[in-house]
Amino acid sequence: MAMVDSGAPKGSFRLSMLLYDTRYRSYTIQIFVLILLMLGAAWLIDNTIRNLAALGKDFSFDFLWNVSGYDISQRPIEYDSTYTHGRAAIVGLLNTLILAVMACATATVIGVIAGVLRLSKNWIIGRLMTIYVETFRNVPVLIWIIVVSAIMSESMPPPSAFRGDDPASSMLLFDSVAVTNRGVYVPGPLFENGLGYFNILGLDVSLNLMAFLVVVGLSIWVNRLVLASATKIQNATGVRPKTWWKSLLILFVPAIALLTFLGFHLEYPELRGFNFTGGIQMRNSLLAMWLGLSIYTGAFVAEIVRSGILAISNGQSEAAFALGLQPGRTMRLVILPQALRVIVPPLISQYLNITKNTSLGLAVGYMDLRSTLGGITINQTGRELEGMMLLMLVYLVISLIISTVMNFYNNRVKLRER
Amino acid sequence: MKKSVFMGTLATAALVAGYASATTLEDVQARGSLNCGVSTGVNGFSAPDANGVWQGFDVAVCRAVAAAVLGDPMAVNFVPTTGQTRFTALASGEIDILARNTTWTLSRDVDLGFTFIGVNYYDGQGFMVDRALGVSSATELDGATVCIQTGTTTELNLADYFRINNMTYEPVPIETNAEAQQQYLAGACDVYTTDASGLAATRASFETPGDHVILPEIISKEPLGPLVRQGDDQWADIGRWTLNALIAAEELGVTSANLEQMAAGTSNPEINRLLGSEGSLGEMLGLDPQWAMHAIAAGGNYGEIFAATIGEATPIGLARGLNAQWTQGGLLYTPPFR
Repeated sequence: MAMVDSGAPKGSFRLSMLLYDTRYRSYTIQIFVLILLMLGAAWLIDNTIRNLAALGKDFSFDFLWNVSGYDISQRPIEYDSTYTHGRAAIVGLLNTLILAVMACATATVIGVIAGVLRLSKNWIIGRLMTIYVETFRNVPVLIWIIVVSAIMSESMPPPSAFRGDDPASSMLLFDSVAVTNRGVYVPGPLFENGLGYFNILGLDVSLNLMAFLVVVGLSIWVNRLVLASATKIQNATGVRPKTWWKSLLILFVPAIALLTFLGFHLEYPELRGFNFTGGIQMRNSLLAMWLGLSIYTGAFVAEIVRSGILAISNGQSEAAFALGLQPGRTMRLVILPQALRVIVPPLISQYLNITKNTSLGLAVGYMDLRSTLGGITINQTGRELEGMMLLMLVYLVISLIISTVMNFYNNRVKLRER
Repeated sequence: MKKSVFMGTLATAALVAGYASATTLEDVQARGSLNCGVSTGVNGFSAPDANGVWQGFDVAVCRAVAAAVLGDPMAVNFVPTTGQTRFTALASGEIDILARNTTWTLSRDVDLGFTFIGVNYYDGQGFMVDRALGVSSATELDGATVCIQTGTTTELNLADYFRINNMTYEPVPIETNAEAQQQYLAGACDVYTTDASGLAATRASFETPGDHVILPEIISKEPLGPLVRQGDDQWADIGRWTLNALIAAEELGVTSANLEQMAAGTSNPEINRLLGSEGSLGEMLGLDPQWAMHAIAAGGNYGEIFAATIGEATPIGLARGLNAQWTQGGLLYTPPFR
């Protein structure tokens, strides 16, 4: 601040100084550009308002409270055609999130395995992974999604092929899984004396699931206490007490007890009428989106993982080998934890990509947010502007949340400098 | 300096202010061609033939309007639209008229801001199933998987029908007719539902049409018609009366064969007014006096267009049914040309 005054000539302020005096010129330019930017935005908004007025349309979100009138195939929460457009949008949002979480998890697993294997000294494995990465990341993701969808619907047997005394197709894994051209049916959990549901903000949350998660969480916590006390004893006496049977008991007995108490059993899919009923149906659209997004993004994650591993200096592995660590443990205990610092930031972008790419669901009829709010609702109500703005807002919020969470994780794994 | 900033601001403001629009008729005449929204391909209604020329029942409406306005039935740019994109295309001005088997409903007419200019096909929603399923009525469809085009009234009717009849179903939402056909034939859905005319048109393109039955239930009223943007009454009138001219021509016995001869003048004053040898109906619409003659010359009268594109002699094989003239027990009834 002191610099401004130092070499400045004394004298009164003149207007021309705004342009010719270097002290003020940058402000002039910035204010000018800002005005231009605001004028541009004002022009866009004004244009929109005038065009809406010319079409005789108003701007309102009231349509969200009107009856939607259409059905959705995949419903994580209760919904039918008598619910509102807003509820349909929430169903779509949940479908988007389900798909995003599933695809992020599998893409990470595929990516880490492929990335590590691509560095393998085994020539065949290394080249195979190169082929995987180069094929999948160089073809648009929409094509992969449609390819998976076409394979599912064209080459799998229809449910009618399972019918009759001598059916053309049969169920897999002891008659528990049915693979059809309408999706894959797997056994689903059922509770004989379940705890029912808990309604929060219009969403039904299964108390059974909550109870199960709480019990498992508590077991893991108690198990960690046991392990910590074992380490303490080891540090004090040099002998580590045997804990494996305690861990087993703590981890599994409470969960199994809870499931027995709730009357847990599996419901197997069964061919009834036109379709299989019972169990969980993973529709073609979900499978196509899930596999398509996972294998496509997995190829990018593989490259990120490879770059992260290569960024760790060779001296680290040499040091680990010198200490007698096996290659597998070297990777797990020495290389990967350090590589994570390089891997995590670009990985965030890939998670964001997956989340945004779920909006391709419309291509295979997956009822995500884009298909419900941004598709059918807009089409039935004619609220393009409102629907699209809402859609943009929701994707923005989801992406920002993912960024925040991942940045938090990044802060935990990043290099601590003292 | 201060001055130049002011000048810059002024120039920007002047750019912003330029906003004006001509009427649709003037736009079309200046462009020399009509932008007409059609479906992405439903045989008989709108689909390009082997030479890439669009043919069909809905296409004929576009050609008639182009002939009435520009005198040339071929001066049409066809814009294929899906159930999802059609209304946006019309509202944004990308197309001047939408002729894409679109159902006339109150909310589309009023809330979406469109004007339906008439009905060119009275339809109803039906179901098609594989004969091998042994289904003979739509009430036996409980639990079925149903392929359905999203963004259509059929989606809403379907939900209502199954709910009223206490049945469940599994919707498979699909974007275009071609995709629905592929999914249906692959057995990914048991039932395909859309307007009965569309089902007939789709079935006609199957390898073995006989293996598929259209169930007897018609679950809705689907008056299909062309539509334009609300707010340009002159353009809506032109569309409405061009369609009426095609229907009136059939009623009055004007065909493409006797058109030339009748245009010279007949003893029937209504034919004379229609074809422009008497009165000034064309001028009232802002068109050439022989506008209706051009429109009829494009593809013949309503009955001729019907017979050539979707009638019983074509593979689609639809009977006139409700779409016969009111004198024949149908619903086609045009107001007088006077």
